[in-house]
Amino acid sequence: MFEEISSKLDAAFKKLRGRGKLNEKDVTAGLREIRLALLEADVHFKVVKEFLANVKERAVGQEVLDSISPGQQLVKIVNDELVKLLGGQRAPIRLASQPPTVVLLAGLQGSGKTTFAAKLAQRYIKRDKRVHLVAGDIYRPAAADQLEQLAKQIGASITRGEEGELPDSIAARAIKKAAGDLQDLVIVDTAGRLHVDEDLMKEIERVHAVAKPDETLLVVDGMTGQDAVNVATSFQERIAIDGFVLTKMDGDARGGAALSIRHVTGKPIKFVGTGEGVDALEDFHPDRMANRILGMGDVVGLVEKAAQSVDMEKAAHLADRMRRQQFTLDDFADQLSQLKKMGPLDQIMGMIPGAAKMPKGMKVDDKAMGRTEAIISSMTPLERSEPVILNGSRRKRIARGSGTSVQEVNQLLKQFDMIKKMMKKMGGKRGKKGRMTPRFQ
Amino acid sequence: MSFFKNLRAGLAKTRDGLVSSLKKAVQKDNNEDLRETLEEVLIMGDVGVHAADRIIESIAGREGDRWELLQQEMLAILGGGNGAEPYTAELRGKPHVILLVGTNGSGKTTTAGKLAAKYAAQGKRVILAAGDTYRAAAIEQLAVWAKRADVEVISQERGSDAASVAYDALTAAIARGADLLIVDTAGRLQNRSNLMEELAKIRRVLKKHGEEYPHETFLVLDATIGQNALSQAKLFHEAVALDGLIVTKLDGTAKGGMILAVRQEVDLPVRYVGVGEGIDDLMPFAPEDFVKALLD
Ligand SMILES: Nc1nc2c(ncn2[C@@H]2O[C@H](COP(=O)(O)OP(=O)(O)O)[C@@H](O)[C@H]2O)c(=O)[nH]1
Ligand SMILES: [Mg+2]
Repeated sequence: MFEEISSKLDAAFKKLRGRGKLNEKDVTAGLREIRLALLEADVHFKVVKEFLANVKERAVGQEVLDSISPGQQLVKIVNDELVKLLGGQRAPIRLASQPPTVVLLAGLQGSGKTTFAAKLAQRYIKRDKRVHLVAGDIYRPAAADQLEQLAKQIGASITRGEEGELPDSIAARAIKKAAGDLQDLVIVDTAGRLHVDEDLMKEIERVHAVAKPDETLLVVDGMTGQDAVNVATSFQERIAIDGFVLTKMDGDARGGAALSIRHVTGKPIKFVGTGEGVDALEDFHPDRMANRILGMGDVVGLVEKAAQSVDMEKAAHLADRMRRQQFTLDDFADQLSQLKKMGPLDQIMGMIPGAAKMPKGMKVDDKAMGRTEAIISSMTPLERSEPVILNGSRRKRIARGSGTSVQEVNQLLKQFDMIKKMMKKMGGKRGKKGRMTPRFQ
Repeated sequence: MSFFKNLRAGLAKTRDGLVSSLKKAVQKDNNEDLRETLEEVLIMGDVGVHAADRIIESIAGREGDRWELLQQEMLAILGGGNGAEPYTAELRGKPHVILLVGTNGSGKTTTAGKLAAKYAAQGKRVILAAGDTYRAAAIEQLAVWAKRADVEVISQERGSDAASVAYDALTAAIARGADLLIVDTAGRLQNRSNLMEELAKIRRVLKKHGEEYPHETFLVLDATIGQNALSQAKLFHEAVALDGLIVTKLDGTAKGGMILAVRQEVDLPVRYVGVGEGIDDLMPFAPEDFVKALLD
C-alpha cells in the first residue's frame, strides 16, 4: 500500500516539472494525489478538506527553489503543514507537584488501555519511580487478572476492586492508599466503553471527578477509521482529555486517525504503542507520523540528509563506475559507509519510497551492515576487485578473519552480484547520467 | 431488524444534513452533486476511496431510481460471490471446528463466547479451546465465557504452544463426541509474518486430524477500524484461508463500511456482526440492514 501511494505521488509530480512559481493548476493536480493518500490513510473526510485548503493557500505562488523540483517543493509544504498540525513539540506527561501523579486512561473496547497502562508503568519503574496500577475495568472478564499479571511482571503494585465495588470507589481507595505508600505514579485503567453508551460515559465522568487526574489520556487504536473524530470529541466533551495514545502502530496501518484527532481536539498525541511487549512504547514524533500518513517516505529529509552527508565527489565517482559496471566490493564498502553517515539504516530505508520493493535478502539492518563491512575488510585488495577468485578456502579464511560464517560470506557475495545486476538494469534505463535516486523527482 | 438503531442515534450531526442532501442529489439527477455527496457519505462510512468510486460510477450514468440502484449495487457487492448462498450456520462435522483469528482486541474471545452460547442453546455440545496462550489472563477470560455459555473449555498454561493446545483440544473434542470446537487465538497484527506463520501452524496441526479441519476460519474485524481492514483480510486470508468475516462493535457509531472495500478485493462473506458485550449480542449478518445503516 505504501508503495502504491508513493508511486502515484511520483507520477503526479512528474507533471510538475516546470520552474518558477507554483501555479494553481499544478498545485491542484498535485494535491489530488495527496488527498487520495490522506483518505486512504483514514484521515477524516472533513479534516482532509480543511487541510488541503490550507496547504493550497500556502503553496500557490511560492517560488520553487532552484535545487529541487516543484513536486518536491509541494511535498515539502504538505509535509511541513502536516508536522505542524500534528503538533510540533514533544508533549510529555505532566507530573504533579505533589506526588503521586494520577493518570487516567479511557477509550473504546479493545483499544489497548490495559497494555498501555503496563507500558507506561514500566517506563517509570525503569526510572526508579514507584508505580501503582488500578484495575478499574470491572466488566470485561479477567480484565483485572490481566492487569495484575502485568503488574507482577513489571514490579508495580496494584489495587483491585472488591466484589461489587464500582470503579470510582476503587480509584478513590487506590489513590489514597498510593499517597500513603509514597507512590510516585498512579495509573487508573478503565473498562472499554463506546462513546454513545450513556451509562458508561457517566461512569467515567464519576471516575474522573473522583480521581482528579493530572493527566487524562484517551487510548485510540492506530487503525481507527473515520469514526475517530466522533470518539475523540465525545470523550473530550465528557472528561477533559489532555492527550492521546496511538496503539498498534507496529502494524501496517497508516494512522490517519492521528491527524483527525489532533485536528478536531487540538490535544497532543503523547505516546505510540509499537508492540505487545511492555517495552514497546515510544514518544510521538510528528515528523515520522507525517511521513507515515503520506505513505511516501521522508522525501524531504532524504534530500536534505543526502545533501549534507554524501561526499559529492565520491558519489559522482561511484555513479561513474556503476555506469561502466566496474562496481567492486571496495565500492560496495564505500557506499555502505556513506549510508552509515546518513543515519541508522532502517531510517534511511524508510525514507526511500519503494525501498520495501527491494529484494528480500537485501533488506539489511545495521547489524548486518557491520558484519558486511567486517567481511569486506577481511579480503585482500585483489579479492575485492576480482571477487571471482574467491574459492572455498579463501572464503573460509575471510569468515574466520571477520568473525562470521562462510554462509554469511556467501550471502554477501550473492547480494553483491544481485546489486551489480540491478545496477546493470538501472544503468540501462536511466541513460547516461546514471542518476541513482530519481524516483521522487 | 433494529440492531443498527444505536448506530444512527449516536451519529455526528454533520452526517444527518449530508444524508438529506444525498437524497436530494439522488432525486435531482444531477451527476456532479450526486458524485460529491455520495462520495462524502461513503468515505465517512469508511468505505474508502476506491470502493466508493466504483459504487458511484456504477450508478451515476444509469437510468432508474437512483436510491434503489445505489442500494442494489451495495447489496450486490455484499451478497455476490461466496456470499450468494444464504449462510446456514450448519455444523458439518463431528466435531465441527471453527477457528477465530484477528488483530489484538478485535473481539475474538468475546465472539468465541457468544458463538459457544448460540450453539449450546441449540443443545449442541460445545468445547472452547484457549489458543491465546500469549496475552495476560486471556485464558482466564475465555474460561469466564465458557462458564457463562455453560460449555467446556480446554486450556494449557500461559506461554505454551498454541498449536499444541489446538491439537489436543481437537483430540479431546473427537474423543468426547463434541458437536463443535471453537478455537480462540491470540491477537496479532497481520504484517508480523512470524506470528502469521504461527497461525498457519495451528491450521496445519488441526489438519493432522483430517483434511476437513477447521471447517470454518473467521477473521474477526473491529468495525471501528478503517482501510487497514483490507490489509487484514488479505494477509490473514493468505496465511490461513479464511471462510468469512465477523464484524464486531457495530453497536457504536462506526459504520463498518470498510467491509465493502474488503469485499471488492477479497471474496469473503460476512457471517455475523457483534452488537454489544452481552452473550446474545451476536447477529447473523443482514446485508439490507447494513446498507440501510450505512446510507442513513
Ligand atoms: N461494544 C462492543 N464491544 C465488544 C464487541 N465485541 C467485543 N467487544 C469488547 O472488545 C474488547 C476486546 O474483546 P476481546 O474479545 O477481548 O478481543 P480479542 O483480543 O480479539 O480476544 C472487550 O472489552 C470486549 O468486551 C461488540 O460487538 N460490541
Ligand atoms: Mg482474546
